[in-house]
Formats: sequence, C-alpha cells, structure tokens
Amino acid sequence: MKFKVNNNEVYASTGGRPFDKKKPLIIFVHGSGLTHMTWVLQTRYFAFHGYNALAIDLPGHGLSGGESLKSIEEMADWVAAVIDAVGHKEASLVGHSQGCLVTVECTARYPNKIKTLSLMGGAGAIPMNPQLLSLAESNDPKAVDLMMDWAHGPAGHFGGHPVPGLYHINTGTMLAKSRTIQNTLGVDFRACDNYKNGFEAAKKVKCPTLSILATDDKMCPVKEGKKLASLIEGSQVDIIDNCGHMMLLEEADRVLTVLKKFITTNYPPLSS
Amino acid sequence: MSDKKKELKPNTYKFDTLSLHAGYQPHKNAGSRQVPIYQTTSYLFDDVDHAAALFNLERGGHIYSRISNPTVGVLEERVASLEGGTAALATSSGMSAIFLAVMTLCEAGDHLVVSSQLYGGTVNLFRLTLPKFGIKCTFVKPRDTEGFKKAIQKNTKGIFGELVGNPGNEIMNMPEISKIAHEAGIPLMVDATYQTPYLCKPFEHGADIVIHSLTKWMAGHGSSMAGILVEGGKFDWMQNDKFPTMTKPYEGYHGLSFAEEFGPTAFTMKARAEGMRDFGPCLSPQNAWNVLQGIETLSVRMKKHCSNAEDMVKYLMNHESVAWVSHPSVPDHPDHELAKKLLPNGRGSMIAFGIKGGKEAGVAFINNVKLASHLANVGDTRTLVIHPASGTHSQMDEATLKFAGLSHDMIRLSVGIEDIEDIKNDFEVGFRAARKPRLVSNQ
Repeated sequence: MKFKVNNNEVYASTGGRPFDKKKPLIIFVHGSGLTHMTWVLQTRYFAFHGYNALAIDLPGHGLSGGESLKSIEEMADWVAAVIDAVGHKEASLVGHSQGCLVTVECTARYPNKIKTLSLMGGAGAIPMNPQLLSLAESNDPKAVDLMMDWAHGPAGHFGGHPVPGLYHINTGTMLAKSRTIQNTLGVDFRACDNYKNGFEAAKKVKCPTLSILATDDKMCPVKEGKKLASLIEGSQVDIIDNCGHMMLLEEADRVLTVLKKFITTNYPPLSS
Repeated sequence: MSDKKKELKPNTYKFDTLSLHAGYQPHKNAGSRQVPIYQTTSYLFDDVDHAAALFNLERGGHIYSRISNPTVGVLEERVASLEGGTAALATSSGMSAIFLAVMTLCEAGDHLVVSSQLYGGTVNLFRLTLPKFGIKCTFVKPRDTEGFKKAIQKNTKGIFGELVGNPGNEIMNMPEISKIAHEAGIPLMVDATYQTPYLCKPFEHGADIVIHSLTKWMAGHGSSMAGILVEGGKFDWMQNDKFPTMTKPYEGYHGLSFAEEFGPTAFTMKARAEGMRDFGPCLSPQNAWNVLQGIETLSVRMKKHCSNAEDMVKYLMNHESVAWVSHPSVPDHPDHELAKKLLPNGRGSMIAFGIKGGKEAGVAFINNVKLASHLANVGDTRTLVIHPASGTHSQMDEATLKFAGLSHDMIRLSVGIEDIEDIKNDFEVGFRAARKPRLVSNQ
C-alpha cells in the first residue's frame, strides 16, 4: 500500500492482505540499505493471522519516495508518523539491525504508541568500520558485497534458503543495490555510526520486548545484543545457533516461530 | 610494521567452491556430506496452521514435489549462486524451462522478438507452438542488433535468444541488445546452455533471465535431462504497465502481487507458484542429483572441453577435407572480438564445420567415425557429431533452414574431453571415408 508521510509517498508491503483498520498494527523496520522485502518470510504470516503487517520502505529506500533520513532520531519520529498516517493509535514494532536502533528510539520517544518491541540482531550502538563507511558513502558496490559477506554466518554462506530456489546472498545484494548506494547504504551507515543514544533509550522502554540474537552475528554480536536487552526491564532473549546477522532469512522459520509466540501473547490479533 | 591499513575484501565463496557447496548445509540433513536424494512426492505438515502457511507462501518449505523438492532446491540454489542470480527454478528439460519462462512472461496477444539462430526444437516452439497460445514472435538474425530494435512492438514482452546460436556459432551482442530491451522496458532472456556460468555470466552483460538445458555441459555426462531458468533480479517489473500478471493482484494467490511482494525474485516465484502448479514440468530428484554431480566438476571439465576444442579448430582449419570452420576462437569469425569480451574463460566446445563434398560427404563422415558418437545431444563428456540438416533441424523446410543459417555440408561437433589425439585419429577415418563415400559405403 502507499500513503503519505511528511508529503512524501511511503510504500509498505501488507503481506498480501488488504489493510484493515480494525486489525492491530505491526510495523517491520528494515536494516541499512535494504527494503521491505527482507521481511517476506515474517509479514505474510501475520497478515494472514489477524494483523495489519506493514513492512515499510524507509524514505528513499525501495519503493518509497523522498530522501533517506540522516539520523536514527529522525527515522524514529518518522516511524511514529507512519502509525498516525495509517490511522492507528498504537503499534507493535519489529526491527532488524539498524531497524533495532530506530525502533528502540521510537519506543523510548513514544511509549504510549508502542505496545511490543521485537529486535533482531540488535545492539545499543552500531559503530561502522571506517573503510566500509567510506566505501558506502563513495557509492562503491564493494560496500554491499562486504555487508553481505559479514551479515551472513558461515552456514548462511552456503545457502539453503527456506524458500526453494532462492539464493539469499545474491538476493540481499540485489536489494541493497536497487537504489543508489551512497543515498541509501551510505546515509544509513552514517546514521548508525552517529547514533549514541541507544543505551539511554533502552532504559526508557517499558513495553514487552524480545531480542533475537544469533551466535555467528559479526555485525551485532550476541554480547552487544545481551547488553542492550539487559537495560530493558523484563526483556526476553532468544539466541539462534549457527546463524548470522541475516537471521530473518537464514533462520526464517525459527525467527517466525519465536516472533509469533511473543507477539500473539503480548499483542493479540483480531480474532476472526 | 606497516601503517597501511589492510584493504577489506569480501570473503564470499568463489565459483569453484560454490560448484561444490552452494545451496546445501549438511548439519540440517543428518550430517550427510553428500546431498540426499529426497525421493518423495509430498511432505508432512506440522498442523493445519503450518499447511495453510505453506500454501499461502507465508513460510518457505515444501508441499508437493511438482512444486519443489529439497534435492532439486539445492540444484536451484547452486545454479543461482554460480550465475550471480537471485533465484532459480529447475525443470524437467531445457525446453520446458523456455516454455515456462515464456508462459510466466506472456499471455495471449503478446509478442516476442526472437533470435533466428536457435536449436531446432526452440525454433518450432516459437514459430509454430506459441502462436497456438496467441503469442506471436518476430525472428531476427542474431548479428542484426538494430533489427531487434525495429522488431519491437507495443505488445512485445521480451527478447529471447541463444547467446551462441545453435548450430552456427553466431554470438548475440548481449550488452547492446540488453540496452535495446531495457530502453523498451522489456527483459532480455538468454539461453546460455553452450556457455555454462563458467564461460559466461549473462547477468553481468545485461541479461535478465538466463535459461539452461542442464542436460548438456552442466550435467555433462549425457545421463540426465534437466533445465533451469535463473533470475538476475535487476529487472523492474513495475516500471511500466506491460506486465500486469507480475504487478497486479493475482487471483490464484489471494490477490498477491509478485513484483511488490518478492521484488528481485518475483519472476521465479511466479514461475513456480503458477507455472509449476499449472503446467508441472518438474525435475525428478534423481536427475537433480545427477546434475549436481556434474556441476561439482564443471570448471575442470570446461577447461578440458575448451582446450580440446581449440586444438580441434586448428586441426580442422588445416585439414584438406574441410571447407570452412566456425568457432568463436577463429580470428576471422565475425564475432571473434565480441567472444573475447563475453567469453573470457574459453570460447566453448561447439564447432561447426563444412565438409568438402557436401551432403554426401557429410553422411559418409558421420557413418564412419567410431569414437565420436552420432546423436542428438551436445555437451557430453564424449565427443558428439551430427549433420543438422538431416538431424536436429530436419523438421525445417528449405527456406527455414536457410534462414537458420544452415547448409547441407555442415557438421556440428561437440568436442568431448577424450585424449585429443584419439579424437583426431577418429576424424581421419571419417574424412577418408568422406573422400571416397561410395567406395566405403559399399564395403
């Protein structure tokens, strides 16, 4: 579906079901340089089970208009504005990687709007490797190749996608190269590198929170994810073995199973 | 110590490693080092919810082996990885892969621009069979790059061709023709069977869909039929209104828009969800496994195929019984320079040559070689020969034969990986017979 926020067109996948204002809202926020398509193995389930599942494209990403937002704080405000724009008062947030920084900050800023928070491959801070940042900002496709290398665990490098026939490293690469790299990945990496408020924001989160971490995650290691989770009262942690940062693709079924239990328990669907 | 920072390099696996490992994780398959053959028709659902999730494409997984199978899935991922593609769909043969690609793209009333230099079966598909489904085609000679542009109509949905034409070895100028396709907002589909991803990765030169008959070099041992279509993931289906079945809600899957939902894998998802469901040209797991065995040695075999082919080209060019030789490695081949660009790792192992004495000499040659096998296939580890005018293209009339660039003296040679001296010795027997066709045939 398409709608407007701050006069710019926003694209959000609805998981293959029409948007229905009566259903509770879940917003999925993608990682640096990526798009709504990273969530395809999570959103469709929720869309078919009593929720509005909106996998958004951040401004300037995927099918959304406008320019990429330059700070995590701006992205957090924008996510809150998405909730208003689709006519809801509240939502459950799900973030991956950079999306975790955004959703933690959003939850801290708008505690009354956010009912549950699910973090995948999250950390309180994501400082960027200077060379990687420089490559992304200079529009070098090598930045995407490096990100895809580091983002997949050793097992993920072999493939074995849950959807038959899909090779996820190449698919991720294509998503990250679908728009101008310096305008998406470059801006996002800089926003991550500049963001320093993650741990303080986490302390303000009071809603039920789930952190899904992966043992082979090089980008947001388990240690960092646990540190963030420890600051959020009552936070649940689930750790996936033999999996890298792209857990939502590498171990899509496991992620969905854990996510489903957490969200349906804490933010029930509209019963049919 | 040097102050110079170490340059970052991606450590994703390279071609030879992917040939052996891509698409498979042993620890998820009882630790089996070899890819298991899942010889089954169907797969247990955990519960009703799980079944519904699989049917709705909410989860990845297998339902029924006509749609997908774990062994076939490894093959699909492996080929996608080698091609640099986002996704792949394996089929029972190369022809079914072409048919599925066309039916995923087109509907009645649509039009395709097609290279005229194709395998005879493919020519018949485009010339005679697809019009029965309301899909019309305009044929253009592969070297007539501007001709492709002129042939595009309002209802044209794609351009199709063999990267190196069968059997004349004409090379499509893929970078230029892809530009023409993309300016018109349509995809370029390339049959790269002759090259395999070892010799050429068409996505790097502008192709959008790559098709292989895996039966040939990829499987490589003449044992199994298989085909595949691979998606590059760059083509934007939503850039215009030419592809409503990709971009509009699809009734067959609860109003799903493939392009919106699956983006760089939309074509493959539609081909599987609709095409395999409705047409069903599925690949058997045994054949998928056989192809996987072939792919494990693809690099090793292709190097030997190409070196043997280049030796054979030199031998044939200097032979008194040979009128002409067509192979992209020959300096006066019209596409010699283009081949250097598109096929940097070798020019392939398909040679066409004209035998002096015309059709009669050709028949004598074919009937008298003993090591080279006379059959309707290419890309075997063994050397293969055929006389196209009386074999693969025999269903064509004289005019079509001429348009396809065929002559009655043409021998098509698929060079195998035997000892090169043995191949040459065998050809000497054939050429001797060709010089005295009547004498030999009376023996």
